[in-house]
Amino acid sequence: MSKVVMQTRIRLARNLKKYPFPCRLNTAGKTEVAEIIIDAVKNSNSPLSKELDVLYVKDLTEAQRISLVEQHLASPEFISDSAGRALILSKDRTMSIMLNEEDHIRLQVLRKDFNLKEAYDTADKLDTLLDENLEFAFDEKLGYLTQCPTNLGTGMRASVMLHLPALKSSKAISRIAGNLSKLGLTIRGAYGEGTEPEGAMYQLSNQVTLGISEEAAVENLKNIAQQLVSQELQAQKRMSESLDTQDKLWRSLGILRTAKLISCKEALELLSNVRFGINSGVIDGVELETVDKLIEDIQPATMMVNKNEQISPRDRDILRAEILNEALR
Amino acid sequence: MKCQKCNKNEANTHVKRVINGEFEEYHLCSDCAKEMGYGNAFSGFGSGFADSFNSLFGSFFENALPARTQATRCETCGTSYNDIASTGMVGCADCYEVFADRLLPTIRRVHGNTTHCGKNSPAFRKKRLEENKEIEVKEEVSELDKLKAELDEAVKNQEFEKAAMLRDEIKEKESNNE
Repeated sequence: MSKVVMQTRIRLARNLKKYPFPCRLNTAGKTEVAEIIIDAVKNSNSPLSKELDVLYVKDLTEAQRISLVEQHLASPEFISDSAGRALILSKDRTMSIMLNEEDHIRLQVLRKDFNLKEAYDTADKLDTLLDENLEFAFDEKLGYLTQCPTNLGTGMRASVMLHLPALKSSKAISRIAGNLSKLGLTIRGAYGEGTEPEGAMYQLSNQVTLGISEEAAVENLKNIAQQLVSQELQAQKRMSESLDTQDKLWRSLGILRTAKLISCKEALELLSNVRFGINSGVIDGVELETVDKLIEDIQPATMMVNKNEQISPRDRDILRAEILNEALR
Repeated sequence: MKCQKCNKNEANTHVKRVINGEFEEYHLCSDCAKEMGYGNAFSGFGSGFADSFNSLFGSFFENALPARTQATRCETCGTSYNDIASTGMVGCADCYEVFADRLLPTIRRVHGNTTHCGKNSPAFRKKRLEENKEIEVKEEVSELDKLKAELDEAVKNQEFEKAAMLRDEIKEKESNNE
């Protein structure tokens, strides 16, 4: 199951009752709110309170900011402004809290498997501990009050990242996407443009937050994801029987092993093919974990942060090829 | 502002994204946004979400009377209804109460309903419990006052048997409260 599901994520939007939402706070106000929350987290006696890093957006370089987005630890919106914004991160990077993004708090739990329930429980516990000290804005009828009314209610966005190369190539995905909104879900590319996702990686998430409980929303997402997973696996099995597909998948590995210059987009496409090859039993001798780690490590800003230097696009393509050659040798 | 892609239509969707190591920001019209995969009003968790909502908001309340909508401001944060309609952002928790009659139709349109049925904030629940306790105590006290008044009345009317009963009842209630 986790072969197709690459990542599971729960995000909760919360605001302090006693302060206006971020759009009505100046830098001093946001800074005050951020410090109150950081203190509360440190004293919360939660798994996050023991070992955490606090990153202030204003102290980060452009590459460091973008790398956080590439690693799914922050949103593009979050790094678009630095005033009073900070990110609390657990050492293992599975828990994070964006401060003063669209809401005072955007709490996130990230897992590399398909255990949505476990992810929600972790987020729920942390939320309860913080609420005791911080007192969140809440209304009996509208639920958790958020800056944007689209997040009212549970304030929860649950999502799974799915690798769907077979459904993408058979164009089945666009047909499925059209039907998902009727089920209260939405799907979009995890990388690249919304309509043409790079590497066939998709983000499936719930869209309605009011009038549905957290458990029901998570269950709904899980059921639909499971259906997509089994459809994808069937399509992979069917496709992998053809020699043309096998040829394409092996060639992809060949290019990744030998290329001297490679763009992020091309690398993602080829890594996606290799991943497909491993999952369908066509390719052996390469670990899935290696491929998944490479998908993160070859992102442009993440490469610069790991190297700790500014690198030109052409030099990035050279470095990317070296990283891929080495890891897949 | 004109759409940055077609340069023709008015832009109403603000997209922020990271592509190939670069942070990019676009102001798009709904047609171009749709073409680029940002058309759905429920397209994500981040800014695109708020902005699509905001365009939805704007068109929905186009016919609202500006004079009236500008007049009221939320006392807590100073936000007017026009501010909310034009940005898609609510100013503070109290705004939801102040502008409830105008916000609820849109909330219903977006979510399909207007009643939360998920987790209740633990802090909120605790407070509500304490409030309820206070109300109970107050009711208890007022009942005691009523009995005392009845006792006074009974003594005045020289109904000693009734007065003795009331006195016992009051004693019992008072010892319970302690």
